Amino acid sequence: MKSKILTSFLAISLSLSLVACGGGSNNTDSSGTSTDASKSITKVEEGSEQNSDGEENSLTVWCWDPAFNIYSMDEAAKVYQQENPDFELNVIENSWDDIQTKLATAAVSGDLSTLPDIVLLNDNAIQKYVTTYPDLFESLENSGIDFANFGDSKCAYSVIDNNHYAVPFDNGAVIACYRTDILAEAGYTIEDFTDITWDEFIEKGKVVLEKTGKPMFSTQAGASDIILMMLQSAGASMFDENGNPNMVNNSVLYEVMENYESLVTNGILLEMSSWDQYIGSFTNSNVCSVINGCWIMASIQTAEDQSGKWAITNMPRLNNAENASNYSNNGGSSWAVLSSCKNKDLAYDFLGKTFAGSVEFYETILPKSGALATYLPAKDSDVYAQPHEFFSGESVFAKITEFAGKVPSNNTGVYYYEARDAIATAVTNVISGSDIDTELKAAEETVRFSMGQ
Amino acid sequence: MQKNTLNSKRNLIGWVFIIPAFLLIVMMYFYPMIKALILSFYSGVGANFKFVGISNYIHMFKDKVFMQALKNTFLYLIVQVPIMLMVALILATLLNDKTLKLKGLYRTAIFLPCATSLVSYAIIFRSIFAVDGIINLVLIKVGILETGYNFLAHPISARIVIIIALLWRWTGYNMVFFLAGLQGIDPAVYEAAKIDGASSIQSFFKVTVPLLKPTLILTAIISINGTLQLFDESVNLTYGGPANSTITMTHYIYDVSFKYVPNFGYAAAMAYLILVIVAILSFIQLKVGDKRE
Repeated sequence: MKSKILTSFLAISLSLSLVACGGGSNNTDSSGTSTDASKSITKVEEGSEQNSDGEENSLTVWCWDPAFNIYSMDEAAKVYQQENPDFELNVIENSWDDIQTKLATAAVSGDLSTLPDIVLLNDNAIQKYVTTYPDLFESLENSGIDFANFGDSKCAYSVIDNNHYAVPFDNGAVIACYRTDILAEAGYTIEDFTDITWDEFIEKGKVVLEKTGKPMFSTQAGASDIILMMLQSAGASMFDENGNPNMVNNSVLYEVMENYESLVTNGILLEMSSWDQYIGSFTNSNVCSVINGCWIMASIQTAEDQSGKWAITNMPRLNNAENASNYSNNGGSSWAVLSSCKNKDLAYDFLGKTFAGSVEFYETILPKSGALATYLPAKDSDVYAQPHEFFSGESVFAKITEFAGKVPSNNTGVYYYEARDAIATAVTNVISGSDIDTELKAAEETVRFSMGQ
Repeated sequence: MQKNTLNSKRNLIGWVFIIPAFLLIVMMYFYPMIKALILSFYSGVGANFKFVGISNYIHMFKDKVFMQALKNTFLYLIVQVPIMLMVALILATLLNDKTLKLKGLYRTAIFLPCATSLVSYAIIFRSIFAVDGIINLVLIKVGILETGYNFLAHPISARIVIIIALLWRWTGYNMVFFLAGLQGIDPAVYEAAKIDGASSIQSFFKVTVPLLKPTLILTAIISINGTLQLFDESVNLTYGGPANSTITMTHYIYDVSFKYVPNFGYAAAMAYLILVIVAILSFIQLKVGDKRE
């Protein structure tokens, strides 16, 4: 009997300790969000005395690349601290995938306390997030930030219903980088590839392939980057003005698909199965050019032995499309302020005086990170005009900033990622022998289906 | 009378033991499951849900990408699970041999893949099967291929790569179950079979397999459950491509929730379909396997 009592006692104490554990974990939970609690205190303070700096003079930021946007954010904080010594910036590294899941989870649950004050968004996703979760982001119309200092095509990503929702950050202007030494083997110079059409590119590419055995350029199989760059270079989009998919009778898209098919079947475009292999294809000198957003320069420069052998020019343009240009955009990101931010005036002031207002700031971050500004006044800075040894001693940054100003603006649309994947599927099927009309029709159906049409 | 109170006391103590775990399971599993079930009857973009009844469930059967994902998943299931269980069973039988030397080494070697992270092994397989990867290198050196074959860019070869990866990762895991099952078989049974003149193949099919039936059912249910929820391999090894030919159901559910314009109601409905399929398949297996009555 005694042992029975003992067991039951033990059992009860055990279950109690479990309950205590549960309580304990709850406690740690709330301490995890203790920043939130302290923020709400500041809110009270703000309410009572608006203008006082208060104790709360800090912002939290999410972004993902230590060598690039995190570095830039830290530098921005240093610039801002010169005027505002008490200012504190808390940059938290979160991968883009994590940011997406965290934003969606917070927005759906309605508990925004887990979110930071400022978040870096991929340009292509801004329309989706602002439209889907209208309460998540703060409109920057009354923030005092002057958006006239940024290129129109860049701002177009973050304007929804005539409201600006993000401060543009890095540039995704498309560059074509060529290995001048390989071109020379085939008897070409960089001028032969400047301001050309895709038809000319293919003709010259065949010669290069024959003489050197190297394809012109590479891409990741199953990705639609090249397609979308070509599309935007003619100011065209996968969507019409009303946001409906526009693929079936889109003559520009049709031409782009034809081009892509001919590039692959002629062996001029090499499809790699993953991103690391894509990078490897040019760092290992397996291809003689790279066509991508200018952020790819960082990857090109990892092959230090190729210094001086690269030169940069614009990308080929479409042959028939009406508004064909040699300029396009791929990637890029912008800073958005979340509605959960407790210190909005501080956030606006911080962004306004650094990312949207300081040429010196952009001069500081450029040499180390290669973060090319979309902030137009920075273009005239001396730092941008400095020659770059790796790229044949040219002043590439000034050149790319000039490209960026010429990029036609296009409509990303809310259902951008659906359309992007549908086009990737279509292009893969076309390469394996299906015909373009059927595949574009299927792609449009897929997107319409996702949109519930 | 006294016996009754003793029994009820005993029961009470049993309940006290069970309740903490029970509460945790209810909170962590059943509550979210019920919430997800309710969510699956709602639809809408982002956080604006409205009740739509079963239309999510009808919608998914018209969704070409989801149907493709369903087909892919079943292909993995039908091809990979039987091969894996067969190989695991054979390996377990071989490694259960008392005369075998270095048994521990072999067992560890075969079980070790299980200790690797899903993401890292998927990435390693991707580079092994790359155009300039080791498989192509060997095939070119041996003279079977002239230039590298892009395994991951063709639907059939990409699926085969996924199946090979799954076999590598999970065979050892199932083997351990079989090994444990084999330990429980009395050696006298084999002796008797031998005396009756059974060959080793006969004793494998007539003694080992029937006696391992409970373990077989267990591993089959675990494998089917795991395959239907396959995610990491599709996401990291093939990115679901080429042209959705390797995408799995959970990968598509992830895309619908987080990559595309989010529709959590629809995603929850698709997740519930997986639950229903798992439940039906497990039920069939239990019924087929259980012939005691």
